Order: sequence, then structure tokens, then C-alpha cells
Amino acid sequence: MPEQPPGQRVRNFDEVPLGYDAEAAMAEASRCLQCRRPLCVDGCPVRVKIPEFVRLVAEGRFSEAARKIKETNAFPAICGRVCPQESQCELKCVLGKRGEPVAIGRLERFVADWALQHGKIQAPELPPPTGYSVGVVGSGPGGLACAADLAMRGHDVTIYELFHAAGGVLRYGIPRFRLPREVLEAELEYLAKLGVTIRLNFVVGRTATLDDLMEDHDAIFVATGAGLPRFLGIEGENLLGVYSANEFLTRVNLMRADRFPEYHTPVHCGDQVVVVGGGNVAMDAARTARRLGAENVTVVYRRTRAEMPARTEEVVHAEEEGVRFGFLASPTALNGDDDGWVCSMTCQRMELGEPDASGRRRPMPIEGSEYEIACDTAIVAIGSRAHPLVPETTPDLELSTRGYIAIDDSGATSKEGVFAGGDIVTGAATVIEAMGAGRRAADSIHRYLTSERPTDEDG
Amino acid sequence: MHEIVAREEIAKDTWRYIVRAPEIARQRRAGQFVVLRVYEKGERFPLTVVSSDPDEGTIELIFQAVGTSTRMLAKMDVGVEILDLAGPLGRPTHIEHFGTCAVLGGGFGMAPVIPIATALAEAGNTLIGINGARSREYVILEERFRQICDRVEICTDDGSYGHRGFVTDVLQRLIDAGEQIDYVLAIGPTPMMRAVAELTRPYGIRTVVSLNPIMVDGTGMCGGCRVEVAGEVKFACVDGPEFDAHQVDFDMLMKRQRMYSEMEGEARKMFEPHSTPLCCCKEGGHDNNRGKDEAAADARAASRPAGA
Ligand SMILES: Cc1cc2nc3c(=O)[nH]c(=O)nc-3n(C[C@H](O)[C@H](O)[C@H](O)COP(=O)(O)OP(=O)(O)OC[C@H]3O[C@@H](n4cnc5c(N)ncnc54)[C@H](O)[C@@H]3O)c2cc1C
Ligand SMILES: Cc1cc2nc3c(=O)[nH]c(=O)nc-3n(C[C@H](O)[C@H](O)[C@H](O)COP(=O)(O)OP(=O)(O)OC[C@H]3O[C@@H](n4cnc5c(N)ncnc54)[C@H](O)[C@@H]3O)c2cc1C
Ligand code: SF4
Ligand code: SF4
Ligand code: FES
Repeated sequence: MPEQPPGQRVRNFDEVPLGYDAEAAMAEASRCLQCRRPLCVDGCPVRVKIPEFVRLVAEGRFSEAARKIKETNAFPAICGRVCPQESQCELKCVLGKRGEPVAIGRLERFVADWALQHGKIQAPELPPPTGYSVGVVGSGPGGLACAADLAMRGHDVTIYELFHAAGGVLRYGIPRFRLPREVLEAELEYLAKLGVTIRLNFVVGRTATLDDLMEDHDAIFVATGAGLPRFLGIEGENLLGVYSANEFLTRVNLMRADRFPEYHTPVHCGDQVVVVGGGNVAMDAARTARRLGAENVTVVYRRTRAEMPARTEEVVHAEEEGVRFGFLASPTALNGDDDGWVCSMTCQRMELGEPDASGRRRPMPIEGSEYEIACDTAIVAIGSRAHPLVPETTPDLELSTRGYIAIDDSGATSKEGVFAGGDIVTGAATVIEAMGAGRRAADSIHRYLTSERPTDEDG
Repeated sequence: MHEIVAREEIAKDTWRYIVRAPEIARQRRAGQFVVLRVYEKGERFPLTVVSSDPDEGTIELIFQAVGTSTRMLAKMDVGVEILDLAGPLGRPTHIEHFGTCAVLGGGFGMAPVIPIATALAEAGNTLIGINGARSREYVILEERFRQICDRVEICTDDGSYGHRGFVTDVLQRLIDAGEQIDYVLAIGPTPMMRAVAELTRPYGIRTVVSLNPIMVDGTGMCGGCRVEVAGEVKFACVDGPEFDAHQVDFDMLMKRQRMYSEMEGEARKMFEPHSTPLCCCKEGGHDNNRGKDEAAADARAASRPAGA
């Protein structure tokens, strides 16, 4: 797929891959073998009907392809861009065994973009209102997918979001050079066409508790994500110039610090930036720092490239953009100058030992191997924790380990009428998994509303 | 939704606003704050909820117009809607019957002192209020303070009103005079809060301060507001903003507060009245008081679907 050349793209926030044209998409789609038992579908958390939509693309029937995808995936323009296809659908594609798998994600993106550009995204005809009302807490992919499905079944849906803009990580985390905001806006418009209301600046647990919301709604879906930053717990972490990736990315993505002072929120991005971590978040922070003008950006990761959880494409793009990698290294201290600004990071070299519980080889420190990297900005991207506001203010909501919300197979929590899904249940995962959880919860909520409950006066 | 229903300049560059926010008015308790954004390119910034009227569905904000965001807010008239307002945030103050409480407000720190002093008084405490300011024209909320407290001492740096000197001088004098003080609350500029902490430390008087690090979301999601308390990292927006003064690392707080001082200066320059085409004030012909600000409406249309 054509891309913006690296030298050009490090100076803008425009999308990197430029997308297929119709001809290229049809050519790519015609490589699909139309397997009778399509393994690719098993790799997709929401079981997109891959061979069916790919065939429609090969035949040039793009609007039909778009409708086919939408049957199981409410937001294909987003998933086509951010799914880790190499570990999901494309991993399972039989063609991948001996060559390149079908570029399912890129085709999905093409179809969704095409439908958007050609005005083919029309809200489906909605069934008559059921009279039931559902509250959705959090407007990330989990909440949005759940809301869309419920609205399509005639329920009245209100989403509550604490920020001043909807989208969750899609808004404040994933940079626009990976997910242009027009794509997100279009999906939100679609949701509006379905009649979904979004109440922004509404902090559930503060503006109103979950119990208060229960009085206005017949059921609730909680999708508050795992947005709390983790820090390393090492000396010097509170020096000036040290950020959580969350803060760094929020300042740029949500608050537009890349356009300071036109936008008033500043961000400090020096010339020598060190990013700690090996996931998508670390790649996004590093690539954002390059675009803010940092000359030297180094990603420090305690395992090797093979273990990096980031999408392959992001790692390749980061490398092309001049981001350097320090593998098998772990920070032990951040050092400051007299004014309290970070000036270097002390790292210790690691070696890989025995595999741990996750099956990945455990990094072990090498004694006496400390070295220093000069830096004027350090960004910590080592994972996140459950957002605690809702659990803390809802005493009868049962939790699993580490503050995540416990659910049963149907997505129901310990609290009658309250369902949950996405990162707040699983811990940091993926966009498509959160969407899948949202859709499953929508099914369960629909069943809960329409069968199990005694009908009340407005039912 | 969050319409300004009344405003007045209570001292030089210090404003008191009454804003419609029924849900926040219902929920808020002493010590909590809101996060605002006044226009679509603006920052998110925190202000304490000074009081609320659940029946009217309004909250009271008092702020000093110090920088870009607060100056823009100070230009907004009655009838205008504040673009974004979220809250109430932060932990409510821990209130109990302590006995005699000294409540110290430095400068516009008086604004956040008022709600906490009110709650302490309601819990049956005896209140000695100490209000310090640079000079007479910066003394704010005096009448209200007198109504809440059993006794009020006022001091100014230049002696233009009340005692000459700092709030710490007054507090020291009280302690020296043998006044039994069981609890101290101090809110104001960070050096003032630090000085109070150092003063009360040897006497072992329980002392609480309200910290004001730079915040972004105000809900625990960025970590920008982190402060060190008793050697542990805390997020002021969710673990605070009030902390045990004797455990706070004030040095780190002051450094972190200055993190963007250069950039803030740059932003302010762009928004000096009439100085640039971006000028936001009415006089400059760029009326900031368009109730349904077009740009804002655009930004919202995107994120707030119809039907909302
Ligand atoms: C920088 C970054 C890059 C990523 N890149 C990828 C990628 O390339 N591919 C991929 O598949 N995944 C990626 N992920 C992971 C993915 O974004 C998440 O797994 C997914 O967004 C989880 O969705 P969610 O709906 O559960 O929660 P979130 O997206 O976190 O949304 C939760 C929403 O709830 C709101 N909220 C929280 N508490 C409250 C409350 N009390 N009241 C009201 N609202 C509340 C939050 O403000 C937020 O908007 C990335 C994550 C990050 C941070
Ligand atoms: C919990 C809390 C409650 C507060 N309550 C009040 C109040 O009741 N009345 C009042 O006048 N002020 C209050 N403040 C301070 C107020 O938030 C700042 O004065 C305001 O953000 C300044 O913004 P500015 O753009 O006008 O100024 P800037 O030019 O941006 O900055 C001026 C000063 O404000 C600080 N500041 C800037 N942005 C922020 C931010 N996002 N968060 C915190 N500080 C910032 C800077 O460090 C600087 O010292 C409170 C702060 C906190 C954290
Ligand atoms: S939703 Fe994601 S995993 Fe599923 S087919 Fe599309 S790109 Fe692949
Ligand atoms: S596994 Fe690959 S070749 Fe087979 S149907 Fe799926 S995409 Fe086509
Ligand atoms: S302001 Fe972001 S965590 Fe406190």
C-alpha cells in the first residue's frame, strides 16, 4: 500500500498509509481462495464475514461489501486501521502459510472509506422504540459498539463520557497519523443518526453515581477502560520533563498541543526523548515525539524485538521514521539537573532467562551493566490500570483481580441490570476486543430487557 | 448548558461567577473542584466550587484572572455558556469535630478556604480565620469570612490593611499567646503553605493544605498532577487535592508548577488584549460572548451527536 515517505511524514500528523484505490483493492481481494472453512474468521474477535466481503470487493461491489462487514463490525474504518491483524485475522489466513496473507485489514479500511466517501453509510431503518432506556458509561470503542447495537434494536441509549469529546482511546490515545479524526467523527455521526445521545463532561461516580443512573435507565453498560497510567516506581520519576504516555498523548491528541500556542495546552518535547515500553502506546509516543520535532528518540524495552507487543506495522513505521531501539534494557533511575529537569536515564542491561507464566522469556538484570542515556524528555509507556472511579463509588460491584470488574459469560456484573466490557474487564487489550465485548453485552442487555424483566408501565 | 447567571469583580482581577450546573450543585461537597474549558482551543483548568445552591441548580466560582484561560473566562458575560464544565472532582474534605481550627487563606486561596471553613463551622468547630493578602485591594471575601469564623485576623504584606506581615506571623502570635489550636487549614500560594507547614510541625498541630499542581483531565488519567506525600506518589485530582501538610514535598510541587512557565508566557502574549488577530476580547471586535460560538458549535457537533 502506498505510504507517505518517512522524511515527509515526520513533519506532519497526516495519515501514514494512503490506502488502496479501487483497482488495487480488487486485485488484492482476488487473491483470496474463498476457503470453505475460512480460518481467517476464527482469528477475528467479532467474526467478520471475511471471505464474503472480500469476494464482493473482488467483484467491485463495494457498497455490498461495506454492508456485509457492518453486519458484525460496527466500525470497520477504525478496525481496518488499528487491529493487530498480524496476530488476528491475517495470522490465520491460509495464504500466510507460504506467502503473504490476504491484506484483510487494508481491504476492510478501503471498503469502509469508500462507503464513507460515496455517502453509502445510511442509518438502517430503526425498529419502533421499545421504551427501554440504557445508559452506557464511557465512549471508547466498547461503549460505542454497545450503544450502536442497542439503538438498532429500538432502545433509547445515552452515553456518559467524562472528557469533553467522545471516543476514549480513539480520541486521546491513538494519534491522528494512525487514525485520522474524520474517521472517528464519521462513526460518531453514524451513532447520532441512530439516535444515540452522548453526554460529555459527565463523570460517573462524581457527577452522578452508577446507582443514580440506575434510576434513569433500565440497564447500564460500563466500559470505562484501563486509562490509569502506571509509573516505574524509580528514583526521579517526578522530575520535570517526565510524562506518562497518557499525559503526553492526551496533551497532543485531545488538547492539540502540537498546535500550541494557537491551542493553549502546552507540551514539553525536547530534542532527546526516551520512551520506556514496547507496546502500541510506546510506538505512538515515540512517533509523536518525532513529529513534535525531537531529533533523537529512543525506545527502551526490556525484552527483544520479537517480544514487543506493538503491531508490527507500528514498529516498522517507527524505525523508518528514525526512532531508535534499546532492547534488553530497563531503566533504574531518572537523573535531574539543578532546576529539577530530567537530564538522563540510567538503564541496566538485561538478558532473557526462563519463560514466565505468559510464556515469554523473563528478562533478568545483568549486574554492573548500568549505562546512561542523555535525555530532556522521558515518556513512560509501561501499561495502565483499571479506571477506579466507578468501582470505588459502587460498593456492590464485584471486582476481579487488580480492580477490574468481574462479569459472567453474558457480560453481567454482580449488580442487577449492570453489564461491563472492554478494558475495564480484561485490562488493556485491543479496540476490536472492546467492540466485541460491547456487542455481546448489547445482546445480553437486549435479552435482559425484553425477556427476563417483568414488564413495567412503560415497557 | 452551563450558563453564567451572575458575575462581579470582587477585587482587582478577581471574579465571582455563578454558573448553572444542576448536577454538580446537587453532588458537590466541600473541597471539590470543577474542570473547565472556555473555548474550543482552550486548556482544561481546575477551579474550586466555592458554594452551591442545589435548589437554584447553580455553583459559585471565584478566580483570579492570571493567565490565558482565566482571563478569557473573566471576559465572558452573563448569559454566555461555559463550553465545558465537569465535576465535582477530587475527594471531599475530611470534616470532623476537631475543636479550635485556624483557617488560613493567602490571596485568592481564600476562595477554596470558604467552603471548607463553612463545613468545619457546621461540624461545630471554633474557627479562627486568618486572611493574608499582598495589599488592601487584594483582600477578598472578608465579610463572608467574618460570618463563618468566630474571629478573623487580617494581614497584608505592606501593612495597608490589618496587621503588617504574613499569615504565619499571625498564626505564630496566636500560638505564642497560648491559644489552643487543634487543626490548621492553609490554602494559598505554595510558599505560604510550605511556611505554615514548617511553623506547625514542631507543635505537632494537624495541618491540611490544598495543593494546586497543573492538571489536565482531573480524573486520574494522566498523572500530570502527581505530588509526593510521605514519600509516595499521589495524584492530586483523585487522591487530593488536600493532603497532610507535614508530609508534602513542596519543593517538587513548586518545580512542577513552573514546568510550562515559559510557554504560558508565550500563550498569554498571543492573547494580550488587542495585540493580535486572535485577541479574544470584545473590545478587539472578536466577541468572546457569542452564546452559541460557531467554532465551539462545530467542535461539538462532531463529538456530541444530534439529539443530545
Ligand atoms: C496510545 C494507545 C494506542 C493503542 N493502539 C491500539 C491499536 O493500534 N490497536 C488496538 O487494537 N488497540 C490499541 N490500543 C488499545 C485500545 O485502544 C483499547 O484496548 C480500547 O480503546 C479499549 O476500549 P474501551 O472501550 O474498553 O475503553 P477506552 O477506549 O479506554 O474508553 C473508556 C472511556 O470511558 C471514559 N470514562 C472512564 N471513566 C469514566 C467515568 N467514571 N465516567 C464517564 N466516563 C468515563 C474515558 O474517558 C474513556 O473515554 C491502544 C491504546 C492506547 C492507550
Ligand atoms: C484543585 C485546584 C483548585 C483551584 N481552585 C482555584 C480557585 O478556586 N480560584 C483560582 O483563582 N484558581 C484556582 N486554581 C488555580 C487555577 O487552576 C489556575 O490559576 C489556572 O489554571 C490558571 O490558568 P491560566 O491559563 O489562566 O494561567 P496560565 O498562564 O496558564 O498559568 C498561570 C498559573 O496557573 C497554573 N496553571 C496553569 N494551568 C493549570 C492547570 N491546568 N491546572 C492547574 N494549574 C494550572 C500555572 O502553573 C501557573 O502558575 C486551582 C487549582 C487547582 C489544582
Ligand atoms: S475486525 Fe480486525 S480482526 Fe476482524 S477482520 Fe477486521 S481487521 Fe481483522
Ligand atoms: S483464510 Fe485467507 S484465503 Fe482463506 S478465506 Fe480467509 S482470507 Fe481468504
Ligand atoms: S489531572 Fe490527570 S491525573 Fe490528575
